[in-house]
Amino acid sequence: MILFPLTVRGAQTTRRGKVLVGPVDLDLAGVGATVVMGPNGSGKTTLLRLLHGAARLTHGRIDWACTQAEARSAQAFVFQRPVMLRRSVLENLTYPLRLRGTSRSVAQFMAEDWAARVGLDAMLDRPATVLSGGEQQKLALARAMIIEPQLLFLDEPTAALDGRATREVEAVLRAALASGTRLILSTHDLGQARRLADEVLFLLHGQVLEHNAARKFFEAPATLQARAFLRGDIVE
Amino acid sequence: MGDLWAGLSEAFRLLVTLDSDLVEITLRSLQVTLTALAIGSAIALPLAAFLAVRRFRWRRSVIAVLNALMGLPPVVVGLAVYVLLSRSGPFGVLGLLFTPSAMIIAQVIIIVPLIASVAHQSLRDLWSEYHDLLISMNVTQSQKIRTLLWDARRALLTASLAGFGRAIGEVGAIMIVGGNIEHATRVLTTAIALETGRGDFALALGLGFVLIGLAITVNLCIHWLGRTEQEGRW
Repeated sequence: MILFPLTVRGAQTTRRGKVLVGPVDLDLAGVGATVVMGPNGSGKTTLLRLLHGAARLTHGRIDWACTQAEARSAQAFVFQRPVMLRRSVLENLTYPLRLRGTSRSVAQFMAEDWAARVGLDAMLDRPATVLSGGEQQKLALARAMIIEPQLLFLDEPTAALDGRATREVEAVLRAALASGTRLILSTHDLGQARRLADEVLFLLHGQVLEHNAARKFFEAPATLQARAFLRGDIVE
Repeated sequence: MGDLWAGLSEAFRLLVTLDSDLVEITLRSLQVTLTALAIGSAIALPLAAFLAVRRFRWRRSVIAVLNALMGLPPVVVGLAVYVLLSRSGPFGVLGLLFTPSAMIIAQVIIIVPLIASVAHQSLRDLWSEYHDLLISMNVTQSQKIRTLLWDARRALLTASLAGFGRAIGEVGAIMIVGGNIEHATRVLTTAIALETGRGDFALALGLGFVLIGLAITVNLCIHWLGRTEQEGRW
């Protein structure tokens, strides 16, 4: 099954009459990492949720190369504040697999493998809710990756993490990229954007102001606002 | 005070001698209430989870009604069940009136709203925590309900125990539909009511202390089995 290209035409989501994001026109191809940037409240999270299908599409279209249901099952989402199931680390990891009907033993094997990849293999039996913030985010990432999604959304995955945890998360993301997983992530961290991005979406007031290859965006942003944002000015 | 002491010593005597009548009505109390609890929980807990995850038109009204029904007067429930099960009633042919089954039916009706309301509170909180994740994982309605019920099991235990407390101490409804027939439908609470009416306060109090002891024992057993208050916050 092939997800991409993704075509977005006039997509908009509103809440109580207020437009949160849109209208957005977008064409995304099937490789690499797209980094969504923009100041707080510019609609980064909502855009990711809209593409993922978790926010309501009130106008316009979002079309994948496959059916909506197939697209949904080939995606995973990592939230800014990780949601931990009130279960052990192991059970958090096996949960999405068990939902898809993977047998208990296979799920357990894969969970142990993924726990090792994110450095949580010593904590398999711990309740997930007592992990530290960094460990929870790594667990959330492993839990999203374990179903081998073709497309992974990450909403500021390292916003609350320190340097070391950020590096570990980025290592996992780079490995995912290398194995062909498509990433769409939002971030505040310019350094992270430079390290990971193949292309950049610059968002302001719910509109896509700029959609460009990462190198072009960082060297010569097309819009005034993006230039100011990159300089570190406050963009409103 | 004298009556209280007499009651305590009577309770002690009944327990030590393992009075056969006492054992019989205690076991019947347990049988009726635990059966009602099992059936009531099997109805109320999934209902509570369903109300937490499903958005439908009359949802708020259903929840409000459930909350209101927590205070359902047992005597009225007993009366209604009596009318339904009596010879001339719609279910008269089943011959259930004045049997433990009738008592179980009445208690189920009394405790379902209570268990469902208490359970719904905690399931709603858990759902708001899980909502984004489960929506993102594209889980089906029944998977949502199962996940919530399992992950909130400790809180649901409390809801069920509240139901147990209400059922074990209930007298109005089971008196009406059970009839307090010796060796058939007499349970601790109806026996206490009977002995009090007869003026045998010592025996009534003795039975009362046994009842309290029973309620505490069952609660402790369930807590111990569920290992609440031990692991983390759930």
